[in-house]
Parts: sequence; structure tokens; C-alpha cells
Amino acid sequence: MKIRIKFAKHGTMKFIGHLDVMRYFQKAMRRADVNIRYSEGFSPHQIMSFAAPLGVGLTSNGEYMDIEVHSTGSSAEMVRRLNEVMVEGFEVLSYRRLPDGAGNAMSLVDCADYTVRFRNGYEPEDLEGFFAGLEAFYGRESIPIVKKTKKGERQLDLKPLIYQLQVLREDERPAVAMRVSTGSTDNIKPELVLETYCREIGMEITPLTFEVQREEIYAPDFVPLEALGEDIE
Amino acid sequence: MRKLALSDEVLLSIDKPARYIGGEVNSVVKDPSKVDIRFAMCFPDVYEISMSHLGLQILYDMFNRREDVYCERVFSPWVDLDKLMREKHIPLFALESQDPVKDFDFLGITLQYEMCYTNILQVLDLSGIPLHACDRTEEDPIVIGGGPCAYNPEPLAEFFDFFYIGEGETQYDRIFDLYKEHKRQGGSRLEFLEKVAELPGMYVPMFYQVDYKEDGTIAAFTPTNRHASPVITKELVMDMDSATYIQKPVVPFIKVTQDRVVLEIMRGCIRGCRFCQAGNVYRPLREHSLEYLKDYAVQMLKSTGHEEISLSSLSSSDYSQLEGLVNFLIDEFKDKGVNISLPSLRIDAFSLDVMRKVQDVKKSSLTFAPEAGSQRLRDVINKGLTEESILKGAADAFHGGWNRVKLYFMLGLPTETVEDMEGIALLSEKVAETYYDEIPKSERQGKVQVVASSSFFVPKPFTPFQWARMCTKEEFLEKAYIVKNKFKEMRNYKSLKYNWHEADLTVLEGVLARGDRRVSAVVETAYKNGALYDSWSEFFKNEIWMEAFDACGLSIDFYTTRERSLEEIFPWDFIDSGVSKAFLKREWENANREQVTPNCRQRCSACGAMKFKGGVCFENKN
Repeated sequence: MKIRIKFAKHGTMKFIGHLDVMRYFQKAMRRADVNIRYSEGFSPHQIMSFAAPLGVGLTSNGEYMDIEVHSTGSSAEMVRRLNEVMVEGFEVLSYRRLPDGAGNAMSLVDCADYTVRFRNGYEPEDLEGFFAGLEAFYGRESIPIVKKTKKGERQLDLKPLIYQLQVLREDERPAVAMRVSTGSTDNIKPELVLETYCREIGMEITPLTFEVQREEIYAPDFVPLEALGEDIE
Repeated sequence: MRKLALSDEVLLSIDKPARYIGGEVNSVVKDPSKVDIRFAMCFPDVYEISMSHLGLQILYDMFNRREDVYCERVFSPWVDLDKLMREKHIPLFALESQDPVKDFDFLGITLQYEMCYTNILQVLDLSGIPLHACDRTEEDPIVIGGGPCAYNPEPLAEFFDFFYIGEGETQYDRIFDLYKEHKRQGGSRLEFLEKVAELPGMYVPMFYQVDYKEDGTIAAFTPTNRHASPVITKELVMDMDSATYIQKPVVPFIKVTQDRVVLEIMRGCIRGCRFCQAGNVYRPLREHSLEYLKDYAVQMLKSTGHEEISLSSLSSSDYSQLEGLVNFLIDEFKDKGVNISLPSLRIDAFSLDVMRKVQDVKKSSLTFAPEAGSQRLRDVINKGLTEESILKGAADAFHGGWNRVKLYFMLGLPTETVEDMEGIALLSEKVAETYYDEIPKSERQGKVQVVASSSFFVPKPFTPFQWARMCTKEEFLEKAYIVKNKFKEMRNYKSLKYNWHEADLTVLEGVLARGDRRVSAVVETAYKNGALYDSWSEFFKNEIWMEAFDACGLSIDFYTTRERSLEEIFPWDFIDSGVSKAFLKREWENANREQVTPNCRQRCSACGAMKFKGGVCFENKN
């Protein structure tokens, strides 16, 4: 039986890299006594795969992994059991059964929502000017960039890969909400959008300028990954 | 969000920030304002090494069971963070509360190997604690040293307020009670140390004076404070099952060296190898009961979620209930995806059978530790492993499907001749030939691989070889070349591989192992000139150490190659480790006569450890 688990990653856990998050959840499955399936062979490993790796330094309200189990309790019980063995900073949000034959999370990933804020102390003096300019930048027909890849450089139009961009001025700390193409073909990091804009306006930034939080990951047609499963009673 | 001592800027600019944030599964969270004693438990090496150490986890768990104590962990920052902390004046902090170490009541540092000594000074320095115990004030933590290297604490004497000699489980409760009482009464640091000095196993170096003869050896070692005892007897746990063990080991986020549950099955060793310090200072052998171990194995796997469990002891095959334990682990956990790892097993029919069950034969290799290349030299070191049993074990293993063998040796052992050295190559060749003799061509899974490694022998305190002369770097390397050249003559040369260890590091280890108080100055000078992480070959800078010896006017040869007389007073002679000096002398003489001493279960050799009234000394005697 395939299960999709959604979890959040906050606080100091942003310093834990993707591979270590995987190791963390493998051990958590054992602590919570999840009846997870193992591969065959001399060194069996848990059947577990993650939707999209999250970089070190990012937080998230919408991370996903798929597992396979032999048997399971109800969604409510499994969420409770898993949260009993979590450390501060990791929270399991949902645990849902996938229909037979459902594709795994990783292959379905189409786009993701992010919220981006200036890290404290890194805000520009004219914050409103920055945001207004960003909205105008997003309003263009096309945003050609050169993207560095493993094989070299590639010309790319950023515009169609940004599905939404909105400035959240009412937030306690104003933020930019973005929905960008994610996955193996056109993986756009929200930082790339802001870097491109900042370069244009001549604003110097560092890898520390922005705080990025992932909010949700979607399958095609903007269906949140968890919506593809159903709660176990 | 928990507060962190380091900013995002710092954490995102260094390697593996998870080393410094704490917050791991089973790490202990307490309100520091609600405890009486704050204890910083330190392993002076990087996180991945430190978190792999069992003793630290045992004491961490034990201390934190007391409501009035909050024990936290502190490790050496890696070189990248070390640099930033110095630049930005960030004080060293403990992982749990992220508070500066300087605010703690105690800083306990475990001394597991000599080459971490400069890292101890790094920890003190970054914490803002004066390096010398005599310069510390009432505001500074009490700095305690413990662990195997505390059996010769003298090269570190200046840096510690006191050393705890022996196993940590027995006296810490009394130390904590004493400290609370002392705080209530508002006594001084000195008064507290005087009280500590009266407890068994505690050595307060500043209460002793060392006088030297003209030749540099010790003339007298005398207590100068009436609370200090002339002899310090090691502490040890006699009823192993009554000692607390870890229920909830801390589970690191990042992959550490021991990424598994470690189950200590016994302490001590019956074998009496004459080079081995652990085999002597942990005497007598004391076992845990089978029921106790089953219980803890289940608890620890459950509380950690680890996918592997490993047995720990000096010689697991000597555990009297090994079969019962291993079968239990296989029956209970094999189907739950838990790997079982069994280091330090003697290769015989039972262990091969077990290993077939728990590991992939194709991917694993067999390990033998003959330690010396000839039977003559194995008799000298009292390593009761014969060539016949090695070849028999190898033959059985080859029939079982293995074709990779590792062999461990030492070079530079007392009485060693060219023949003994060449024996390393000859024995390796015989192991390879056994494969080709035993396994018909049609059944061979490729070539056999025999990897022989040699380390260089360092004489250690409290061993029969504490009197032995140690080789120079040049002698060591010459020996390694002799072995290497012999390997080239072997018929199956292409199936054999030979590695040897670094010689510079070994010489230094030799000085620190048998050093006296004067060596403190060398450690300090080397540290101040940039020595750090000396056990990491990429950071070890031999010239800094050589300059430090010159600057301090000390001779390396005095500590390494000098012949020691049987009458010499050693820097560590004030410690009573259980094995008597008379026994060690007898064993040194037996070694020189190439005479083997039976193990503790065969016959008691009156080493002295029987005075602790338990363990193997009283087996089958009720």
C-alpha cells in the first residue's frame, strides 16, 4: 500500500541537508513502528522516496515523501505516532493512502509555492520601490536569462516558468509569494527570479539576502500532492 | 525556535552546520535555571568522531537522570568554524542550551588518544577558560579529565583541575553531591578540590610535586597537600548489571562514524597481550548478563530507530554467552531490516556461521590480527594466535565464499628481527596460497585479496612493554621497507597489498604516552604555534612539534628510544591500575624469554586485579 506523507521543516532544522532528512525519516519510521516495506537483498532499505529536495537554509510547510507499507493504522493515528517521535522543527502534517497505480511524488512534481522575505538586516532602504519594480518586472512579456547547467549555459525565458508572483504587503514582514516551475525539466528556484531582478536594478545580494520558505508542491493542474491521496479512517 | 549560538551567516558559510545546532533525537532538554549543576561533557574532536564514542553517551545519560544536573555536549569546532570563532570572538558553547561553556560548573573532557591533546587546549581557549589550572578563578568551570589517557595524565597535568582515574559510573554522584554542598557553603575552588582529592580515584595534579634526578628521570613524586593521597587507585564498576546503561542514545542528523546502536557486552580482557594498554587497565574482565543485554538491545533500537546494532568489547569471542546473544539478535531483528555487526570476533566455525547469516559474504572481508609476523614474536607479545589457526580460519572462510582478508600487524615490537618483519609478507603469502590450494579453479570468485597493514608500535604505560625502547622514525620506515620489499618477492604478489602508517605521528604519540609533566609545555607551545587536529593527517604539522621540543629544551629520545631500568620511577607510578608493577615486570621478563602466559580463564597469573573482588577472577568460584 502506498502512502504519501506531508511534513513541515522549520527552525533550526533548516540546517539539515536533504540526505540527512532522508536518514532522519528512515529512523523515525522505526521509532514510530511504521510497518514499512523493505527492498529485498542483504542490505534491505525502506521503500521511501521524496518529492523534491529542499536546500540547506530553506524552511517548508509542504514537503512530501512516499512510502510503501504492509499495514497501517488510520491517518490520524499515524500522524500522531510519527509526531510523537519527531524532534522540534519537524512536523508531520498528513498521512494519506494513494490509489493503486498512482505515480510517485517525485515524478509528479510540476510546480511549487514559495514565500521569500528579506532576512533581518538585509532589507533595501526603499522596500516599496523594490516591490513595485519587481511587479513591473514580472509584468513583462518575456524575461530571457542565461541559466547555468551542468553541461554549460542555456538560454531560457523565465516568464512562462513563473506561474504567479505577488507581493504580500500586509504580512507582518512583507514577502513575495511565488509559484514557479519545479521538477526535473524546468526547475526554477525562487532565488533565481529575484537574482535576475536584482541584477537588473543593480542591487547587490548575497546568498544570505533572502529567507526562502517552500509552502506547497503541486502535481500538474495545480493539484497539491496530498490531494491525490485520501485519508485512512 | 530554539536559540542558536551561531548566526545564520556563520552556519550557512561552514561545512556541516548540523554539527553545531544540537536538537537531535534523544538530546536532553532541561531548563538550566532549574538545575544546581551544569556539566559540559567534551570530546576534543570533531562531531562525527565524538558522537561515536560510547563512554560519553553512557555518562551523558547517567548524569541527566539526576534532576539537579544538566549535562550537555561540547566538541571541537572543525577548522572552518574554529577560524571564524577566533575572528568574531564567538565563545565556545554547549550543543543543547547553546550557552557558553565558560558559564558551566564543570567541563569534563574525555581523553581517548594522545593526538587530541592540542584540541583540548583549543576547547579551553575558545571557551575563554585559562589554559593552566593554577590561573583559573572562582568564575571558571572545574576542568576534569578522564578516559584511557588519564592513566598517564602527566603531560596534561598543568591544564586540568583534576583527573578521574578509571570508570566514570562510580564516583560522579558523590562528586555532584559534594559540589552542591560546597556551593551551599560558599567554599573556594581550592577547598572543593581538596574535598575531591579525598574521593577514591581522583587525582588533583596541583597537589603534587615532582622532583627530577640529574639524568632527567623522576627522583620523587610527593603529595604537597594533606588531602592528597600518594597512591590513586582506579575506579571500576564491579557489578556490571547494576551500572546504568544508555536507554536513549542521542541520534545524530549527520552520518557519524558509529551510526548504530552500540551494545557493550563486557569490560576488560582475559588475553593479556603485552602491548595492549586496554587489556591491562580494564582488568578484570566483567561481563553483562545475557538478559540485561537483550533488554538494552531492544530498548536502544526502539528509542533510536537505528538500522544497525554492533557489539562492543575488546574480544567479543570471549563473552561466555555470545552464542545466545547473537542468536537472539538474529531471531529478533534480522527480519526487521536491522543489520548486526560483530567486530573483534575470532574467526572460527561459529563466527563464520554467524557472519554468513548477518552479512553479505561477497561484500565483506575477514579480519585477523596476528600483530606479529612470526610465531616467535607472537609469543613475545603473548598474542595467542597461531599460524595454524589463522590458515585454518582462512581456509574455512574461503570455503564459505569469502575471498577478501585483512591482516593487522605491528612493526617495531621489542626483540623484533628481520625474520619477524619478513614473516608479515610470508604469512600473507600463505593466506593467499591457502585460497588457491583450497578452492578449485572452477569455484573461485575471482582472485583472493589479502591486505596487510602495519602500525608502528608505541609502548604504553601499564603494559609489560612500558619499559621497552621505542624506535625512531627512521628505524620504523626502514622496517616498513624491509616488509614491502619482501612482499615483492612473493609468488602471489599481485593478490597481496601492504600498507603502513605514518611514522612522524607515531613518534609523537610515543612521547605523549610516556611523557611527564614537563611535556605539558611542549603541547602548549605546539598549540600556540598552530598545532590542531593532529590525529588528522591533513592537519598534522610535524615541524611545529619539533620546534616546540627545541623551544622547551626537551629531547624526544629521552621519552622514546631511551632504555629504562626496572628501578625507574615512571610518571604514572602513583596510579594503581590493579595490575601490579611486579606483575608487569614478570611479564616483561617473560616477553624477553619468549614465554607465553596463559589467559585468565586458563590460569590466574596473579596480576593483582583480583583485589577488586569480582569478574573473571571469581568465575566458577561462587
